[in-house]
Amino acid sequence: MKPPVFDYHDPATVEEALDLLAVHGDDGKVLAGGQSLVPLLNFRLAHPEHLIDVNNIGELSGIKRDGGRLRIGALTRQSMLERSALVADNWPLLTEALSFVAHAQIRNRGTVGGSVAHADPAAELPVAFLASDADFIVKSKRGERRISAVDFFVTHLTTTMEPDELMVAIDVPAPPEGAGYAFTEFARRHGDFALGGAAVLLAAEGRTCTSAAVGLLAAAPTPLRAAGAEEALVGSELSQDGAEAAAKRAVEQIDPTGDIHGSSEYRKGLIEVMVRRAIEKAAGRLDGDGLGFSRNGGGGR
Amino acid sequence: MSERRRVEIDINGETYGAEVEPRLLLSDFIRHEAGLTGTHVGCEHGVCGACTVQVDGDPVRSCLMFAVQAQGREVRTVEGMTDGLSEGELHPLQQAFHEKHGLQCGFCTPGFLMSLEPLMLDERDLTDQEIREALAGNLCRCTGYQNIVESVKLARERLRSGAESPAERE
Ligand SMILES: Cc1cc2nc3c(=O)[nH]c(=O)nc-3n(C[C@H](O)[C@H](O)[C@H](O)COP(=O)(O)OP(=O)(O)OC[C@H]3O[C@@H](n4cnc5c(N)ncnc54)[C@H](O)[C@@H]3O)c2cc1C
Ligand code: FES
Ligand code: FES
Repeated sequence: MKPPVFDYHDPATVEEALDLLAVHGDDGKVLAGGQSLVPLLNFRLAHPEHLIDVNNIGELSGIKRDGGRLRIGALTRQSMLERSALVADNWPLLTEALSFVAHAQIRNRGTVGGSVAHADPAAELPVAFLASDADFIVKSKRGERRISAVDFFVTHLTTTMEPDELMVAIDVPAPPEGAGYAFTEFARRHGDFALGGAAVLLAAEGRTCTSAAVGLLAAAPTPLRAAGAEEALVGSELSQDGAEAAAKRAVEQIDPTGDIHGSSEYRKGLIEVMVRRAIEKAAGRLDGDGLGFSRNGGGGR
Repeated sequence: MSERRRVEIDINGETYGAEVEPRLLLSDFIRHEAGLTGTHVGCEHGVCGACTVQVDGDPVRSCLMFAVQAQGREVRTVEGMTDGLSEGELHPLQQAFHEKHGLQCGFCTPGFLMSLEPLMLDERDLTDQEIREALAGNLCRCTGYQNIVESVKLARERLRSGAESPAERE
């Protein structure tokens, strides 16, 4: 179908965009890559009166390291993040997450900030950012806020951003020294939205896990941190049994929504397997892995 | 309300101008304003890939962009693939689709060609799996994909074994 009628604005600066959002925020929408919003318009599931197209705002795009942290402009295309050597070398969890996001044609337009703002619980980047303890920087005429990923997602397609706010950047701390990482997911077809998945960051001293972050994909109405699994891991020895036990803990509290592609029960089982594999894979990638995890590789995606 | 805008859009090196509503999709501009009907429209929500064109060299869904957003950009459609070739001659990827039966009804083909053309310039060796992932963003109801994979391999073989490359010809 065709999109409904709207007023189109294409500001050239963040300042202009914030002016427009201050006036039209309530009945308007920011247009970034359009890869989620335009389908909603074409289906007439969204009827904004104003579209504020931020694609001409150069200052919103770019990837840079800033005092050990990574700063990603909200308008940075997913394909640009995917190809960044800086990110692959230092934030490889993000690169691995992107390998599961849609298709090249979508990533060429789709933006990093758009994926976060859209807040689909089956989207990979929000889960990777949540597991990475990232902050989202949002701006309005009223000022700038830094919202941590744990406080950002409210429910399906809903965040704590106000209608007059524009996301300007994502700020990601460096993973712990020598950390192991893994993003795993299962989808019916490569590039489709996942039925379930996990993002894991681990650090260890010897065999003992010193920190663990476990993010769950498509497990709840928001991206989720599996606190139970993290508790089970930290302070314990990394082992096959430990990975299995932590994966069990990860799905204890979840009740994923079932649909024609998989019942709630099926998804729960699937997510448990994805978590276990992600922990194994991440442990196998720890600096100086003497744990033998890399031999069985964790397998699967 | 929704004021019309004057756009001048470069498609395959030619400029097409029109007064358009901001909600006009790029796919519809290409088909109805520029009259280039090689770009097909299937789902209009980004899933099927039939409408794939290249904008500034990158394959994108033309059904998920507005025509006003293509102002000042270089759009390339399937019609542009034979630019500079002699009458009846095909782009090496098109030729390979023809020889390997990479198409049956042909509805999906322009989208596949636009998506896969960048692989012709990819210097790496690609496994079948990588080729399949590259075409996962395009749906085909006829071929079962196997012959599309074969077409890509044939075209890449020819181009890499030093036959004329599309880049050199331009
Ligand atoms: C066929 C298909 C398959 C896909 N598969 C996947 C997948 O497997 N995994 C996945 O993660 N995604 C997938 N996507 C979605 C894709 O990644 C989108 O690009 C992304 O979710 C949204 O980014 P965007 O830049 O396109 O945002 P838009 O569509 O432009 O916007 C999305 C929402 O975010 C808001 N927004 C955007 N930018 C800002 C900003 N800077 N500040 C405030 N609000 C903003 C908009 O107002 C809108 O509400 C798929 C899309 C398609 C069409
Ligand atoms: S018509 Fe654009 S992707 Fe199907
Ligand atoms: S050839 Fe018929 S849809 Fe692909």
